[in-house]
Amino acid sequence: MKYIDEFRDREKAAALIKEIEALVAEIPMAKERPIHIMEVCGGHTHSIFRYGIEGMLPKEIELVHGPGCPVCVLPMGRVDDCVAIAERPGVIFTTFGDAMRVPGSKKSLMQAKADGADIRMVYSPMDALEIARKNPEREVVFFGLGFETTMPSTALTVLQAEREGIANFSVFCNHITIVPTLKAILESPDLNIDAFIGPGHVSMVIGTAPYEFIASFYKKPMVVSGFEPLDVLQSIWMVLKQIKDGRAEIENQYARVVPDAGNSAAQDAVEKVYELRDFFEWRGLGSIDHSGVKLRAAYARYDAELKFALPNLQVADPAACQCGAVLKGVIKPWQCALFGTACTPETPLGALMVSSEGSCAAYYQYGGIKAQAGAA
Amino acid sequence: MNVMPFPKPRRLGKVNVPTVTLAHGGGGKAMKDLIDDVFVSAFDNGTLAPLEDQARIDLAAVAAQGDRLAFTTDSFVVDPVVFPGGDIGKLAVCGTVNDLAVGGARPLYLSCAAIIEEGVSLDLLRQIAGSMAEAARDAGVGIVTGDTKVVHKGACDKLFLTTTGVGVSGKVWNSAPSRRPGDMVLVNGLLGDHGAAILGARGDMALESPIESDCAALHGLIEALLAAAPGTRALRDATRGGLATVLNEIADASDTEIEIDETTTPIREEVKGFCEILGLDPLYLANEGKVAAVVPPEEADAALSAMQAHPLGAGTRIIGTVKDGEPGRVTMRTVFGGRRIVDMLVGEQLPRIC
Repeated sequence: MKYIDEFRDREKAAALIKEIEALVAEIPMAKERPIHIMEVCGGHTHSIFRYGIEGMLPKEIELVHGPGCPVCVLPMGRVDDCVAIAERPGVIFTTFGDAMRVPGSKKSLMQAKADGADIRMVYSPMDALEIARKNPEREVVFFGLGFETTMPSTALTVLQAEREGIANFSVFCNHITIVPTLKAILESPDLNIDAFIGPGHVSMVIGTAPYEFIASFYKKPMVVSGFEPLDVLQSIWMVLKQIKDGRAEIENQYARVVPDAGNSAAQDAVEKVYELRDFFEWRGLGSIDHSGVKLRAAYARYDAELKFALPNLQVADPAACQCGAVLKGVIKPWQCALFGTACTPETPLGALMVSSEGSCAAYYQYGGIKAQAGAA
Repeated sequence: MNVMPFPKPRRLGKVNVPTVTLAHGGGGKAMKDLIDDVFVSAFDNGTLAPLEDQARIDLAAVAAQGDRLAFTTDSFVVDPVVFPGGDIGKLAVCGTVNDLAVGGARPLYLSCAAIIEEGVSLDLLRQIAGSMAEAARDAGVGIVTGDTKVVHKGACDKLFLTTTGVGVSGKVWNSAPSRRPGDMVLVNGLLGDHGAAILGARGDMALESPIESDCAALHGLIEALLAAAPGTRALRDATRGGLATVLNEIADASDTEIEIDETTTPIREEVKGFCEILGLDPLYLANEGKVAAVVPPEEADAALSAMQAHPLGAGTRIIGTVKDGEPGRVTMRTVFGGRRIVDMLVGEQLPRIC
């Protein structure tokens, strides 16, 4: 595939790995302990496992797979709310595919579908709006999920529904925002991260400025990265270069997609439609202030939370789950007592086993070959 | 003279309405008309034509072709029933023929049971029966017995087919239970076409997919392979769950590790692109005309040329080797130079958000 294969070139990868090894040799810290680099975004986690990148890196580098998988961090109570909406008579519930398997306290959307609820997978909220147009006698609800990457498309769909006066469409808004979450991780007392690989598609929307505090206040380097394997390797190289030079800056490796200022049209739509919630519950991380958004009062009629009476109960994560510790890089997935025993992709207990982008599921599915060999 | 005339020879009935109703499943004339019009006239063979409750097959003629009977059954519920490159009828014939062929058997006879949803158009049924007949003719098998049921709207989705197949295998080849390190893994061409064609044809993803299903009967190809490489250790058709799943099954059954190489694993550019957009992995997409073969290293070249010489095997590649590693594990050398585990799929492959 043109413009894709170029970013998966084996020889360029080998050359970059050599450069990375050379850099690591010049970083004194690496002689005492591994350098911990967190990739924030689940898309990066997927690439790292899909291409076996971990096994190619020198042993002095440990990748920590961060919280950036919106499916993984969705709390059980919100899944229960989805099921409650979906099981109402007359409702067509629409969702992105990988949210289907997320366990609620009683069932997942996939189980609810098997029990007779009309739940349909869509690729875009605009597809959900089209379903609403075609089924004027039904209530069509879109499960708005994801970080700033997917937030604008939901906002634009709400604006489109308003323009067309479509009354049978609403959004169950679970959009979350990355910056407060990074802050929560950086504030964590057991933090074990030296640098960050920043999310590419979130940054395409918000730009790079919102991360400045990570460099200026917390003195951690960050490189906003693309998702192809060479992007990831180059970003790791850039991060190491900063560490070696003693710099902490926000750099942009993904300039072919991410303008430093982000996308102003997307930002305008987001600003127009949403406001910050006081707090939002995250699976594995608990409640984080200002980390979620909801529809503004002007769009209340498109807000499924207001349109339908929801149970809205908080359901605690299983006590033995150590997702939080994995997310913060304190332990590796297989060091959790539940990993691969009580908690598997078939029956996920913890957030990180849910989607293929979750670090536990990725380890389970693709196997951290180097890591497991080292641990054995 | 008032002599009672002899009964007229049995003539094929005809359905004169455009859609199937419950009357066509009622056991009376309407049902006979449906069976005649749709199935008997298409399948057109002497064993089926008398419409007895069973097909009777001459044992001596069967036994002359081999010394063991191969027997298999498969159900087909594909949605949509017609897709680029085939339809449920062709699939039902090829699928069952392939299940016989991967056991080294020569397919001989099929049964066909159809569960039809009321309201389905007769033209669609005729089209599907026609493609079953064509696929059976091409594969040299007879559809010799069958059954038809009509169910209420919503009780099935347009048409479900079950085909049972009987074949014969000789002493030429028996699937050996164990694979050995050094064995080679071959596949007869581009992977994932069927899965991508079906997902594209469903249309709910609003993608225009020019990809056609690879649906084909593989017995001829397999016969050629086994003649060239009689030491062949394992054969699996890589249907549901794709290549990744059958390789896991082979690795698991033989307590060996299989390593494949992404650079030699053949996948069409369009299928790659399709999977990129949807967040799917082509190794798990279904195929309906692909077989994975494990052959001993000394026969690998012969197997490769024999398969490549067959029209359904022109794209055959050696994609991996059996290793003395972790038993039951499948790994892949990635195009990027890394290495990863290729595990069994947990459930259905679900598209990723971002």
